[in-house]
Amino acid sequence: MSRSRPSGTLKADFVERAARVAEEVAGPAADDVDRKARFPSEAFDALRDERLLSALIPIELGGEGATIRQIADVTMVLARHCASTAMIYAMHQMQVSCVVRHGRSALLRSFIREVAEGQLLLASATTELGVGGDVRTSICAVQREGGRFHLEKHAPVISYGEQADAILATARRDHASPPSDQVLVLCRRPGLVLEQIGHWDTLGFRGTCSPGFKLNADGDADAVLDHPFADISSQTMLPVSHVLWSSVWLGIATAAVERARRYVQAEARKQPGVTPPAALRLAELAVVHQQMQETIAGGIRRYEELLDDPGALGAVGFAIAMNTLKVSSSQLVVEIVTAALRICGIAGYRDDGPFGLGRLLRDAHGASLMVNNDRILGNNAQMLLVSREEL
Amino acid sequence: MTQRDTVRRIIADHAKLPVDVTTLDDADDLFRAGMTSHASVNVMLALEEEFDIEFPEAMLRKATFESVDAISDAISELLELSVP
Repeated sequence: MSRSRPSGTLKADFVERAARVAEEVAGPAADDVDRKARFPSEAFDALRDERLLSALIPIELGGEGATIRQIADVTMVLARHCASTAMIYAMHQMQVSCVVRHGRSALLRSFIREVAEGQLLLASATTELGVGGDVRTSICAVQREGGRFHLEKHAPVISYGEQADAILATARRDHASPPSDQVLVLCRRPGLVLEQIGHWDTLGFRGTCSPGFKLNADGDADAVLDHPFADISSQTMLPVSHVLWSSVWLGIATAAVERARRYVQAEARKQPGVTPPAALRLAELAVVHQQMQETIAGGIRRYEELLDDPGALGAVGFAIAMNTLKVSSSQLVVEIVTAALRICGIAGYRDDGPFGLGRLLRDAHGASLMVNNDRILGNNAQMLLVSREEL
Repeated sequence: MTQRDTVRRIIADHAKLPVDVTTLDDADDLFRAGMTSHASVNVMLALEEEFDIEFPEAMLRKATFESVDAISDAISELLELSVP
């Protein structure tokens, strides 16, 4: 269900380009990507042709200076047609925003230009074997010698690691640093070597191709971002990821609502004058869908208002709000797709018809598992012990 | 016992630092020394109990708790405010 929002010409332009990729390329390939658990390469060729991989990069560095809201809109449009494509796009933009906002060395500034010129795809290696999924803890450490760095990391998951042009990895600052004193390191081929461990065969988001890897990287020491990862995480990676992931899930939810609506309208056309019983369910579904749209729009507004205030972005109240956005939208997407399935009935249960909801339902269930909601609620439980913000 | 000594005792009890807090200077970065954000909340709770204060929302950010100095300054500010 589209809503009219105030839009500049630039925004319309981004969404138009994204819709072209989504409708003409990503959507038609989505079932094959899902079935084979393969990378959506045709969608990324098209995104590169539209220069959408660099949309978030400032104009002076070769991009188009898109806002997070505009990137969220692009992500949502992609997700309506192929959630794996949208998820990869979201994760790429998370990494881009980290380098743009926190990469200060000349090497990193020129890398950003290269991302724009070459439409490079960025991935991340934030989790590590042995840390129990806590991305704010590292075992591996950066070794520095003679202006060079060396890093070895055992990553249980690197989404599209094989297809990425560069990977941002977390690590301890040096071998003497405690596990929480982390930095973010840009690892690039040919200095980057990945050895795949295991396979990626999952219920949903199958096209993100996220197996484990042994990462081995060498490079110029200026490729280590000098802001502490603690700040990069709280000010940029956490809010951007929660906003963009939520936008992926909103796209999935919106696709489900569209199918339910078309189903009910087809029923209505068969007997004009008789409101189909499922129309009431559709009206209920629209309530939850709007709730999800507004929750995400509110989260984006909150982030954009504080964008230039690092202190406020690092404050407890903002972290709680962004965590809450993630938990809320990851639950709503399952609720919405499930309700749509109830409306479409057996037509939604079938995998071979226009109302099939199988892939959307499988993708939706990934939302509360990727960075598990229990972990996020646990963090909020801790922070709420001291938070004074009026609720 | 000075206010800084009390702050140091609370850090020793609750910050779960991998190093002995006596090896750190008052200005040293506690997060760099290994205090997690989770542990920092426990430090905040213990400070509030010990000094009978409440950190306002505006102070609930990393900079307030990043060193013995920063914590002591914040406590002094709050204690001064509470003097009638």
